[in-house]
Amino acid sequence: MEFGPYLIIALFEGALTSAVIALTAVGLSVVFGLMRVVNVAHGEFFMLGAVFTWFITWNLGLNPTVGFITALLLVPLAVGSLATLADRLILNRLDYDPERTIVATIGLLYLIQQSTLMSYGPDARPVEPPFNHRIALPWIELGESGWQIYWPWGFGITTYKLAVILAAIVLLWILLRLLARTKYGLLIRATQQDSEMALAFGIPVSRVYAIVFGIGGGLAALGAVLIVPIRQAHYLMGGEPLLLSFIVVIVGGLGSIPGTILAAILIGMSDGLISVFFSPTLAKIVATLLVVFVLIFRPNGLFGKNQQ
Amino acid sequence: MKKVKLIKPGISRRSALKAVGAIGGTAMVSSTIPGWYLQASTSEPIKIGFQVHRTGIGAAYGRWYERTSIAAVERINSEGGIMGRQVELVAEDDGTDPKRGAEVVEKLTVQHGCDVVFGTLFSHVVIGSSPRAGELKMPYFVVSEGHHVASGMLNRYTLQPCITDVKSQVEAMAPFVSGNLGKKVTMIFPDFAFGHDHRDYFSAAMEKNGGQILEKIAIPPTETSFSKYFPKIPRDTEVLYHVMVGPAVLTFVKELGEFFGGQGPTLFGFIDSLEAVDMTSPGLEFLDGSYFWEGMPRYSQGDTLPFDQAYRDAVGCDENGASVTDSRDVSTYAHMFGCWETLFLLREAMTMADYKSDQASRVRLIETVESMSEIPASEEHPQGPKIFNGKTHQVFGQQYITKVENGRLNLAHATSIEDTFYPDEVDYTSQSF
Repeated sequence: MEFGPYLIIALFEGALTSAVIALTAVGLSVVFGLMRVVNVAHGEFFMLGAVFTWFITWNLGLNPTVGFITALLLVPLAVGSLATLADRLILNRLDYDPERTIVATIGLLYLIQQSTLMSYGPDARPVEPPFNHRIALPWIELGESGWQIYWPWGFGITTYKLAVILAAIVLLWILLRLLARTKYGLLIRATQQDSEMALAFGIPVSRVYAIVFGIGGGLAALGAVLIVPIRQAHYLMGGEPLLLSFIVVIVGGLGSIPGTILAAILIGMSDGLISVFFSPTLAKIVATLLVVFVLIFRPNGLFGKNQQ
Repeated sequence: MKKVKLIKPGISRRSALKAVGAIGGTAMVSSTIPGWYLQASTSEPIKIGFQVHRTGIGAAYGRWYERTSIAAVERINSEGGIMGRQVELVAEDDGTDPKRGAEVVEKLTVQHGCDVVFGTLFSHVVIGSSPRAGELKMPYFVVSEGHHVASGMLNRYTLQPCITDVKSQVEAMAPFVSGNLGKKVTMIFPDFAFGHDHRDYFSAAMEKNGGQILEKIAIPPTETSFSKYFPKIPRDTEVLYHVMVGPAVLTFVKELGEFFGGQGPTLFGFIDSLEAVDMTSPGLEFLDGSYFWEGMPRYSQGDTLPFDQAYRDAVGCDENGASVTDSRDVSTYAHMFGCWETLFLLREAMTMADYKSDQASRVRLIETVESMSEIPASEEHPQGPKIFNGKTHQVFGQQYITKVENGRLNLAHATSIEDTFYPDEVDYTSQSF
């Protein structure tokens, strides 16, 4: 009966989820593709992004728009620098050994999470969106007594949520262009294809690693800056994006950026649709099942290249 | 006693004399003061174990439960403590986690040697911790609102003497909702014990009052986005009944506003959906004109609650229910009075029971609380008068309904205590200790 408005809300919520997961998961994917490091602390970089945004907008006493733009510029840089530091201090010293880096990043996860709890505290804190208008469209339906207008049960969306979706699309496009068309992208792709050969050609591989790990952290933080005016900053908020990012990266194929983006859209949209029409818990179950099937039938993911 | 066993043939005369002397000495001391235990207990502080949600989804409540409890203990100590003994609050964080909750009860009992344990709010933590308190024979005074105490699910050691339970709250709300707001109701509630109490007892109470529940929407308490749940609200809903908990309550209410844009059905919420949230936060303007249940009104209502102002001053809240030192730090005013009142009730009950920090005293303490009935409003009980039911271990009291007017919650209706009564479901006094 109310299929139309349901569908629009489902698609819209799905697109929002897709946008944020895509940004976060691409960070995880880039890091894995290049360094073969499974960064378990990735969700904490996301959380730090949200907490730093709160810190800037709340403490600097600026108006919401100025504060938010400041955060948008500074926070990914700050979190990216922290990630680079973590790479220099920890991962580099473990020679990027896959098993040991997993354990090290688990340690990093707890370190970041508990330091945040001790300094920022256990509360969820809101960040004011720079702009937020509700767009309510009426839904027109042919009922028993002719055409009827349903309002406000049509669908309500906000301009800020729309802006997040658009921003994520633009940012991902910029990232893909950077990787495909610039000298830095070339260095990264060369290191990814064969790091020893890249070193032989004079590419500073260890510096590329540090920068890429920073970019990964920065992208997670960027996703968080965009989402924090919708959800709130909380020290435990890193868990869900980490789980979703892993799902998306595995489904899309570890290290494949187009695969990651496509999987993010797939998972985000199915999450929106299943959540609205059935239940949000079922959406999580379906996403996890998808991972299982992908691992069974396409172990390298939908877009992953056979590494053997 | 052990020293007597050491005196055996072949022991020197001197050591034998010493041992006899020691026994005689002990006997003399114990004839004047019955045992070292009591001697210690009259001078040592009474330790009240405080199971507090410092972290996890209940952190905002925990922060204010702790402030309120510290204020109450300071007041009790400045008035001479309990029977001359100072009160010491031993706080342990349970992370709002049931498993950790049981461990905290054990730690407070075994390691800290507390006299009683108190202060738990979240119903799943209470349900997880209470069996351990029963096993340890530790009096466990909860400030939780859940119906689990009065339903008979827990045990004789668990009592809820100063905050009413959800069943009585919603029984008192249903006539107001069906009489003033509408008959067709859709409910949104958190998907755990506390929310299920709302779902079960409010829907039953509404049907008794000629109302109808169109849809029941359960949301996991850890959820962070809510818009996707709202399309499930049927179009012919007249009243949307909402109660939500957890760190994302502000998001919940904001998205509710974005969905309806201030049109839609009449809103009736439990203040839990907005505890510790500033009513003037951007995005909440649509709430104007909607109604809330409050255990105790957050905004000062003048002289309507005669003991409110003194309590407000003691716990450090301004007339808007925010911290006097930071107006952005909003309290959980509708719930935290339960900590204040429970601590003063403990003072009264321990005095009546001639509490001595031994197991017999603990049993006496529970029996004393069970024998209590009328609790008049006073500075110790600022929320209002109450009637305690010793059989079900649950207190009954007035409920408040406030209306949002210009970003302020103004009192619209106060129920009587009788409105909240329902038949007993358990008789804990028939259980052995």
